[in-house]
Amino acid sequence: MGFKETVGDLFKRRKKLEEGGGEKAIEKQIAMGKLTARQRILELLDEGTFQEYDLFIEHEAKDFGMEKKELPGDGVITGTGKISGKPICIYAQDFTVAGGSLGYMHAKKITKIMDHAIKMRVPLIGINDSGGARVQEGVNSLAGYGEIFFRNTKASGVIPQISVILGPCAGGAVYSPALTDFVFVVDNISKMFITGPQVIKTVLGEEISMEELGGAKIHAEMTGNAHFYAKTEKECFDQIKQLVTFIPWNNSRRPLAFPAKEPRVEFDLEKIVPTDSKQPYDVRNVIKAISDDSEFFEVQELWARNIVIGFARINGESVGYVANQPDVLAGVLDVDSSDKAARFIRFCDAFNIPIITLVDLPGYLPGIDQEHAGVIRHGAKMLYSYSEATVPKITVILRKAYGGGYIAMNSRHLGADFVFAWPNAEIAVMGPEGAANIIFKKEIDESADPEKTRQAKIEEYKTKFANPFVAAGKGYIDAVITPNETRKFLVHAIELSINKDVQTPDRKHGIPPF
Amino acid sequence: MTKEYKELYVNGETYKTKLCKKFEQKPKWEPVNEKKITAFIPGTIREIYAKSGKEVKKGESLLILEAMKMLNKLKAPFDGKIKSVYVKENQIVTKNFLLLEFE
Repeated sequence: MGFKETVGDLFKRRKKLEEGGGEKAIEKQIAMGKLTARQRILELLDEGTFQEYDLFIEHEAKDFGMEKKELPGDGVITGTGKISGKPICIYAQDFTVAGGSLGYMHAKKITKIMDHAIKMRVPLIGINDSGGARVQEGVNSLAGYGEIFFRNTKASGVIPQISVILGPCAGGAVYSPALTDFVFVVDNISKMFITGPQVIKTVLGEEISMEELGGAKIHAEMTGNAHFYAKTEKECFDQIKQLVTFIPWNNSRRPLAFPAKEPRVEFDLEKIVPTDSKQPYDVRNVIKAISDDSEFFEVQELWARNIVIGFARINGESVGYVANQPDVLAGVLDVDSSDKAARFIRFCDAFNIPIITLVDLPGYLPGIDQEHAGVIRHGAKMLYSYSEATVPKITVILRKAYGGGYIAMNSRHLGADFVFAWPNAEIAVMGPEGAANIIFKKEIDESADPEKTRQAKIEEYKTKFANPFVAAGKGYIDAVITPNETRKFLVHAIELSINKDVQTPDRKHGIPPF
Repeated sequence: MTKEYKELYVNGETYKTKLCKKFEQKPKWEPVNEKKITAFIPGTIREIYAKSGKEVKKGESLLILEAMKMLNKLKAPFDGKIKSVYVKENQIVTKNFLLLEFE
């Protein structure tokens, strides 16, 4: 046979396999409002960059009639490509082929592309759309999951790992996304849970829909399992494309620098932040006011909103922000916000992204539920991750920094490289009212007019302690700056710390409180 | 999340702020009442040995709660008299469901 025939034969073979589960199954997939696995890959990657691997893989199952079944690609598409010119490895489970169920060869294809990504030091994107384990393949299917989890863990902190949930992802399957750095979900399409509504109904008699149990909104808002929430698959792909611009290819590189841009002028810091520290405002406007082009790419926007995390650029360099949000729960630290910030800090540290911390918090959220939910253990995660991080760490104290919250929010004491405070910042053990009531209790109680004395003592405390100058006098703060000087100081800090080098003692790994 | 700003008391100060859904929906804490025996796991009541008015000794079986394919024997935590039994055989119960109460 000449090339003409063999090439013709190759095209025929490819075409057949590229149809996946066939016309009917594809129609069903589209009726569910979903794209096919192949369409998803092509939409996400730069045009013409997808190179498929292992299209001709065949499964080896012999039981329960499986020997007679042909499963194109064994229900998963794998390969490499580029996003915004950045090379990546990718896989997408194909729900049209046996419900995207994970059999032995299906898993082999995934672990092969994972190994490739780890070796080539490029990001890995996994698109999940699968009914779960292929029951006919028994323990081989479980082995497949285990080998994926093992690689997710080995790759953690080496290459960025992104999971996209575009269909069901239930039972053991959820643990691969849970081990990766960023999980994307889409309204009405993503479904994640350990035990589904059917089991819950049988065992507990409780009826709940898939959407209410483990839909996109639930994971974006209640559980914190998802990092990005989108209304459509297209919006989701745009989010991924944007995320990729802020992160490096691997842990030995820095994110690509962009041309520096000034913030858009409509954000005036002195108007955004009320001087009365009990008044709320949206801290995201502060971030926009000091970042390049006023662009902020928020992570976990809907979960634990009392802390804001996300990416932006300063002087063209990618940075990670961690900021208390006075607009929600007064910006307190609690179980969820500590957990959220701690993981983000570790991501930034692993991937050479400087961290900017904006401080304005009254402390930890009081409550029996918080204490019983382990706010001690979870709160400790923040101390750990800040102390452990060796990337440039810059802190700006905007208003309140009280008590344990002051320490936890990347204070000098946890190794901050730069600490700046605005002139109206209050750095103290607690707020003036609470403090006055404790320090001057006797005087207030014994005074002829306790309320008047209380107010006088609150004022006295405010003048004495509720300012940045006590901390500045000790060198805990490097400079007291005006709000409008903030960006200038940040730009300089980023420039200055570009070659920051910290040696840490050898160890196998630390033991963070998780 | 609440649309309007509410008040939140933290360490001696009251702040104007929005409250998120999870915060508003948090369950109210109740002190543990040892006389109330509740389901430690969701499941199905398989057998009931306890009857209201019956005197039981510590360690005596009160009922069997089947959960996750295990038959769990719930035993009396102390000597006492049963006040009431709130469940029937084959009833499905959620976690923390009140099963029976001592006098």
